Amino acid sequence: MALDKIGIAKRIAQELRDGWYVNLGIGIPTLVANYIPEGIEVEFQSENGVLGMGPFPFEGEEDADLINAGKQTITTLKGAAFFDSATSFAMIRGQHVQLTVLGAMEVSQNGDIANWKIPGKMVKGMGGAMDLVASAENIIVAMMHSNREGESKILKTCSLPLTGVGCVKKVVTELAVMEIKDNKFYLLERAPGVTVEEIISKTEGDLVVPDFVPEMKL
Amino acid sequence: MNKVVKNVEEALTGVESGMTLMLGGFGLCGIPENSIAQLVKMKVKDLTCISNNAGVDDFGLGLLLQEKQIKKMISSYVGENAEFERQMLSGELEVDLIPQGSLAERCRAGGAGIPAFFTPSGFGTEVAEGKEVRVFNGKPHILESALTADFAIVKAWKGDTEGNLVFKATACNFNPMMAMAGKITIAEVEELVPAGELDPNFIHTPGIFVQRIFKGEKFEKRIEQRTVRPKK
Repeated sequence: MALDKIGIAKRIAQELRDGWYVNLGIGIPTLVANYIPEGIEVEFQSENGVLGMGPFPFEGEEDADLINAGKQTITTLKGAAFFDSATSFAMIRGQHVQLTVLGAMEVSQNGDIANWKIPGKMVKGMGGAMDLVASAENIIVAMMHSNREGESKILKTCSLPLTGVGCVKKVVTELAVMEIKDNKFYLLERAPGVTVEEIISKTEGDLVVPDFVPEMKL
Repeated sequence: MNKVVKNVEEALTGVESGMTLMLGGFGLCGIPENSIAQLVKMKVKDLTCISNNAGVDDFGLGLLLQEKQIKKMISSYVGENAEFERQMLSGELEVDLIPQGSLAERCRAGGAGIPAFFTPSGFGTEVAEGKEVRVFNGKPHILESALTADFAIVKAWKGDTEGNLVFKATACNFNPMMAMAGKITIAEVEELVPAGELDPNFIHTPGIFVQRIFKGEKFEKRIEQRTVRPKK
């Protein structure tokens, strides 16, 4: 069965490594923080100026001066730090943040990502996404395999305006985990109960399928 | 040097139609809300506003948009404002969307005397159109220019009579860089204290960057996305 959002977040959480600083985008990526594997320590950075982000505050303890990049009220953990926006993006561009997880509207087999603009329709802006994808060593995209019309979002070439070029290394969808290299998608894992045939049929880009595709362990 | 002005009216003296303003804040967090209210009262028009966001329909820069006082916005994300989207799609409002890190660095550069710099952010996207590209360490970068403003308007938690500023938590955001990049920088603060009361070891923005400082009359500090967990 295809994963729900929580399933995608749980699978991505398995990619976290001890000692990493991690930036989580808005949406499914934010949920990853709830499923940190036991025994490892990671610290979450939010580009509006905080390291050491904690859970949402208890009711009545919200502080208008303490939010994440999604403008949600948050708390901090022991050892947290605040800083200005230029310092924040120095951490990101300077590759001091080890992992970026973000959502996408389209991803292509050469690692391009589009997630900020639908011409004539959605004009919200790129926020920090272009800086994050231009510099992160390790980018995981959390997304749905197809759009509402059933069209694949895992493409040969992106059709929407790009956020970054050749930067995505791994994609986790409700159906599969795929790696991007040599201008192809490589199928690594499938969601429990999902067939390889379904993944192939919903992937427009070139997909390399090994003889044995293990199921994700969640 | 004493930078104190008595109120918001005096602080914003000299702001005129057609000027370029920088306004600190991220979402509604750390915005100079007293000064924005005063800009509405002053009815200055055709403003170019450099600010990470554009407020919401009825708060922050949204108030200036409602009155059609803004000609051009330079921002990174404007997603929470329906009136903004309407004015932008109808062509009434000119909008320059730029990556958030480039926006921060362009303000910093403007204040630091660096006219332009190369960054990887935006390479290969429409942000890079018309910009010089150079390869450093095997990776392409685009040339981004510095930003400055006639007035930079920032909000701090505490300030002293010398104009030294301390920000609180994530209300810091763009305020320090914008304070550096204004020809005249106005700081509105929640607490204004005599010189000597702030520990010099913990100043975020040194007073040299601030020309006028005043204590804001009231701070609503609206929360955009109130997210909580239930008490155990």
